[in-house]
Amino acid sequence: MSDFLRSYLTVAIFGGVAVALVGVLLGLGSFLRPSRPTATKTMAYESGVDPVGDMWSQSNIRYYVFALMFVLFDVEAVFIFPWAMRLETYGYFGLVEMAIFIFILVLGLAYAWRKGMLKWV
Amino acid sequence: MLQTLLAQQAPIEAIDTPAIDWAILAPLLVMAVGGILMLTFASVLKRLPSSVWSVAAVVISLVTAITVIPLWMRVTDTANSATSTLAGAVAFDGFSLFLTVVIALSVALSAMLADGYLKREGLEGPELFVLLMMSASGGIIMSFANDLIVLFIGLEILSIAVYVLAAMHTRKLQSQEAGIKYFVLGAFSSAFFLYGIAMIYGATGSTNLIDIKNFLSATVLADDALLLAGFALMLVGLAFKVAAVPFHFWTPDVYQGAPSPVVAYMASAVKAAGFAGIIRVFVLTFEQYRTDWQPVIYVLAILTLLTGSFLAIVQTDVKRMLAYSSISHAGFLLVGVQAATDRGVNAVLFYLAVYSFMVIGSFGVLTVAGGVGDNAHTLDDYKGLSKRSPMLAFAMMIFLFSQAGVPLTTGFFAKFGVISAAIDARSFWLAVVAMISAVIAAFLYLKVIVAMFFAGDDDHGHGADAEDAADASEADADDAGHEPIDIPLGAGIAIGVCALVTVVFGIWPGPIDDLAREALPRLVAESSAFLEIGN
Repeated sequence: MSDFLRSYLTVAIFGGVAVALVGVLLGLGSFLRPSRPTATKTMAYESGVDPVGDMWSQSNIRYYVFALMFVLFDVEAVFIFPWAMRLETYGYFGLVEMAIFIFILVLGLAYAWRKGMLKWV
Repeated sequence: MLQTLLAQQAPIEAIDTPAIDWAILAPLLVMAVGGILMLTFASVLKRLPSSVWSVAAVVISLVTAITVIPLWMRVTDTANSATSTLAGAVAFDGFSLFLTVVIALSVALSAMLADGYLKREGLEGPELFVLLMMSASGGIIMSFANDLIVLFIGLEILSIAVYVLAAMHTRKLQSQEAGIKYFVLGAFSSAFFLYGIAMIYGATGSTNLIDIKNFLSATVLADDALLLAGFALMLVGLAFKVAAVPFHFWTPDVYQGAPSPVVAYMASAVKAAGFAGIIRVFVLTFEQYRTDWQPVIYVLAILTLLTGSFLAIVQTDVKRMLAYSSISHAGFLLVGVQAATDRGVNAVLFYLAVYSFMVIGSFGVLTVAGGVGDNAHTLDDYKGLSKRSPMLAFAMMIFLFSQAGVPLTTGFFAKFGVISAAIDARSFWLAVVAMISAVIAAFLYLKVIVAMFFAGDDDHGHGADAEDAADASEADADDAGHEPIDIPLGAGIAIGVCALVTVVFGIWPGPIDDLAREALPRLVAESSAFLEIGN
């Protein structure tokens, strides 16, 4: 086994210890504690309110579209922050590159807007 | 305070940006910018007839193919004019240009098919064409890629658009299922591919194919476990894209559910891009380790050939049949790759070029014959197609004969090329298996041809799809069976072009073969030229 692969051994041991630790603690807990379930105790806890309906509830598809748009522009920000930190190093090259990047994203936003994705119906 | 902070700041050093030869990137830019512009115009101009988008997509892809012509002149001008740009990340050789043209023409033909399809299904809009072009720009990046990261970016651009394309028929459940299946499995295979890149980077210290090759030729690795693990993982990722057994399980379901014009694109351009990756990475970069990867491809090829042709026979759905037949074609292409010689690569390029036309033609006929809903694809539905549309049945016969490898069609020379390359490389048993599976597959194609031409007369044959017509009245069902089929103009042109190419170059394969030959030595000469520079 090469040194490179051997260094992964540490990761494996660490993972093994983590799994064992959680297993032992949870196992010990369930072994020691008394178990007297009642209907109220087994009910799902939701901010002190009695749970209503099924776990699989439907939600408006609009939320999904908005979440998608949010993720898109969130990721854009992730790209822009490191670029802004090193703007002077990248110079005009970086400026033009980022302008192209944002321009393409704006085209995407324009498309979504024209498709009526920004309107809550 | 502020001044001390400013004083501490290190002097600004400008980053070195690599020189870019924009002319080399022209085909990619035309395709990608064309797609983006089309989406922009589509959102502003809403009241245009939907054929405009189809025509625009065809024009943009043809312009992409035309921009290749001056580049081709440049690359074939002198012996060593193959080069690379963007700090060696983008290769410029005949190989990349050849596959760029194959991909661009696939987009043009698929876009022609899609026009009539979208109108029939009531899905008019520019989105399918835009996604086709986006995906194709990813394919072009893959064929130009000279760096594993660039290859991965190309693979993702190619795939993500195709996942959406597979689910493009928004009202058809099977299409949605196809999209989800392809996406989940495709994301897995991309992860495999990326992990393979990481392994190879760990073993060689670079993601650039030229640097990797230089490193491997200069260094003898004491322990190549990491490198071999990288080979295996990358091969899984690429074999998934080209639908090689045992990574083929998505193919029949996705091909059956996805819209037929999209399947035409998937079977041609996506396969071409996948093989571009396989050839550049394995045949070219890991040439020295061929004793390690060749046996793996050998086994994959045998499995793919046999599984593809045997499982195709038992299908009753023509679209699924063609899906399995495309798996077996991937097997033939792997036979050429396995040879790992110039002749093998030449045969693969020829195969990819002519296979694109026959497979787009086949799925083009399926697009038209599928009827509203794109559902009438059982073998029974194809009975008597020659009565309902003689032209369509005749074209389908040409494509199926060509896929079977009958002489006087391009398929014959394609199969001949890869098998003779295998014999040249002394892989006799592989060649034997390839020939046997060609015979098995021929049975399948004949089954469809017999259904189209000889099984339409008897009413019993038509009675078999009585359950399809359960909701329609008896008389209506009978009429529907004999109604002549309207062929939309775009689909007619596309099918005609494919049939013409299949027959003309089947009789006279010289031009395509010459181009494939020209595309080939550049590939090898390029890397050896780079080795000289590198050392």
